[in-house]
Amino acid sequence: MTDETRSILLVGVGGQGTILASKVLSEGLVRAGYDVKMSEIHGMSQRGGSVSTHVRFGKKVYSPTISEGEADILVSFEKVEAVRWLVYLKRGGILVVNDHEIRPLSVLTGASSYPDRISEQLGEAVPNFFQLNAGDISAGLGSVKAQNIVLLGALVRCMNLDDADWKSMIEDTVPKKMYELNARAFDAGRSGW
Amino acid sequence: MTGNEAIARGAWEAGCHVATAYPGTPSSEILENISRYEEIDSEWSTNEKVALEVASGASIVGARALAAMKHVGLNVAADPLFTMSYIGARGGLVIVTADDPGLFSSQNEQDNRWYALHAKIPMFEPSDSQECKDFTIRAFDLSERFDVPVLLRVTTRICHSKGMTEIGERREVPVKPFERDRKKCVMMPAMAAVRRRLMEDREASLRDLSNDCPCNYIESGADGKIGVISSGVSYQHAKDALSGLGEPVSWLKLGLTYPLPDRLIERFASGVETVYVIEENEPYIENFVRQLGIRCTGRSLLPAAGELNAGIIRRAITGSAAAKPYSVEASPPPRPPVLCPGCSHRGIFFAMSKYRDIAVSSDIGCYTLGVLPPLEVGDATICMGSGVSAGIGFEKALNARTKSCDRADAGRADADAIKKVFGVIGDSTFFHSGITGLIDAVVNGSNMALCILDNRITAMTGHQENPGTGFTIGGDPTVRIDLKSLCTACGVKPENVRMVDPYDLDAAEKAVREAHDATELFVIITTRPCALIKDVARSRANLFCAVDSNLCVMCGMCMRIGCPAISRLDKGVRIERAMCNGCSMCAQLCPKQAISRVGEIDD
Ligand SMILES: Cc1ncc(C[n+]2csc(CCOP(=O)(O)OP(=O)(O)O)c2C)c(N)n1
Repeated sequence: MTDETRSILLVGVGGQGTILASKVLSEGLVRAGYDVKMSEIHGMSQRGGSVSTHVRFGKKVYSPTISEGEADILVSFEKVEAVRWLVYLKRGGILVVNDHEIRPLSVLTGASSYPDRISEQLGEAVPNFFQLNAGDISAGLGSVKAQNIVLLGALVRCMNLDDADWKSMIEDTVPKKMYELNARAFDAGRSGW
Repeated sequence: MTGNEAIARGAWEAGCHVATAYPGTPSSEILENISRYEEIDSEWSTNEKVALEVASGASIVGARALAAMKHVGLNVAADPLFTMSYIGARGGLVIVTADDPGLFSSQNEQDNRWYALHAKIPMFEPSDSQECKDFTIRAFDLSERFDVPVLLRVTTRICHSKGMTEIGERREVPVKPFERDRKKCVMMPAMAAVRRRLMEDREASLRDLSNDCPCNYIESGADGKIGVISSGVSYQHAKDALSGLGEPVSWLKLGLTYPLPDRLIERFASGVETVYVIEENEPYIENFVRQLGIRCTGRSLLPAAGELNAGIIRRAITGSAAAKPYSVEASPPPRPPVLCPGCSHRGIFFAMSKYRDIAVSSDIGCYTLGVLPPLEVGDATICMGSGVSAGIGFEKALNARTKSCDRADAGRADADAIKKVFGVIGDSTFFHSGITGLIDAVVNGSNMALCILDNRITAMTGHQENPGTGFTIGGDPTVRIDLKSLCTACGVKPENVRMVDPYDLDAAEKAVREAHDATELFVIITTRPCALIKDVARSRANLFCAVDSNLCVMCGMCMRIGCPAISRLDKGVRIERAMCNGCSMCAQLCPKQAISRVGEIDD
């Protein structure tokens, strides 16, 4: 366990389950013995807007939020959101992107356009870039509903956060009948894609 | 725990008996959590003024009471706030104000620390969840000890951040027996004048306390060159920003920030070379430090608008920025919040969007989002309740223009585009402060058309009960206030009230046309509950709309309602099944009957 404070930024679109994933994440880190602070935004932006959750952990954490250029890892549940929040990623940090597009209303109505070649551009700009299709992985396990936990698994792998009992955290957080699906989703995210 | 959970826990541990609130981000979860404690009598009040008055009454009798609200809520409750400072608090009275630097979910950014100064009531500013809990308990004790209401001032990042919090047990504090004390509690001028003078003495003793209070303390003490004074979440950001600076930094961490500790600040400043005051938004502490004749730097380096973070502070104080971040060429399209698929506000907005000759006074709630393309309904939004009352003003100004044009140049006003004023307001907002506006409209002869968008819940802030839902904060059934009877009781003619299912576009259009053409005050009340209410979502879970691509001619009619579940593909239109709830507004618009509803409602 290192003393240094590390910062995880989870971003996506309201309704994608970032809040649940960050809940499991932060509780797991607490049980692993870290000081943890997590900050999320409720209210207006949850109506399909761009959302972010900040998680910081270490020996002693002060600020609950991450500044630009200071995230050790950025996990984006949606592609264009990775672009929007990219400035938060530290030089040398890890970028994990869900290969999934959710078009904002302005794009649906034709007022603006969804950029092309996002993955290629991110891959060229960021050395530690990983992309996975959490929706397909989750769907392969029976339901797309566990995408967020697939991404959590990927995050745990990238950050080597093996000191927490993630399965029991998931068990305590999701409804009982969803546990099997989510446990397998976590394994799929952690073991590689 | 989040800060909000910790405040709730603190209230419970402090033996609080009565808790009230009107919801508002970022404060709403305080009462949601308090209501789970059986020992506390909790309520969603009709608005913040009512919330603070209920809590004040409980305190006057002798119970410990808490009222919670967002920053703008305290504007609504400001009237009782100022006078309760005169009356004091027999039972501890704690008022929580949750400010929103950065305007994550608010119509303005205001720093409510000035309220403490203005109303002369002590204020605590917690910096994390642990302090939220501890300071809530201290606030109750201080309130009773000094016979004064206490403000607990938090911000979005305190309310909605989770941190480790040690919990304790509840300490029962008996409710005091009722004691009549008219000189203290009936604030007519002569009695209030006496209380007013006593407040000055109280203030002096509170300032002494602030100098010795363990919530205000000096850290590290090393004779650093740099001394930083900070409070609230700014303190946490500053700690991160200045750690690893190389030079020792001395800290004056303030938790009790009204009255500010003059002697402590002087002592701190005399031990360091440079004093920085780091605070979000207003130079509240800095002004005081300057009044003491101490030179300091703060606002001139830091932005006044928006929230702070460690990076901003580091750049401001040390001039060093983080390494240049990664960047790509692509620029992200904006993604503002939008009306949900199946939103019950959409139908009326679509009907209204067809009129170019109306001016719309809108209000605060999910329906504010109707202003965004493609619906674009709403010309002004000020504060809760203004949907009705500002509409009355719209109409007066338009009438005045007609009159002045009649005099000056007959016919010019006729050429103006606006013929009718509409008001838009939600159910919770109407109960909060729309009723008074409606009475004003009736009595003063307004002919506006008011749409009360009754989705049977306070949706924007996360689905709290309101007087129109028929349930209390604890989920117990109660009287449901009937909007139609309420409007007619206020004097709206029954024949000028229409109840409409907004999913039925023809009905919505008919009602809007009638309202538009009416020559008297007209009210439309929608009857469809929010699509996200659990029971509604469950019953419609298997319902969705599907496009027959053989029939679709890509005319784009279905896109006009601005539903985020509908997208245009290279050939044809697609409706995202997982998002759709089968409201069928798109199907009603399709000229080719290419969209059909699939599945059944499951009751
Ligand atoms: C004085 C004040 N208190 C609270 C709020 C927070 N707030 C914003 S919208 C809203 C209620 C919206 O409910 P409703 O009118 O029923 O509309 P809906 O969101 O359900 O469409 C509240 C409480 C505020 N903006 N101002």
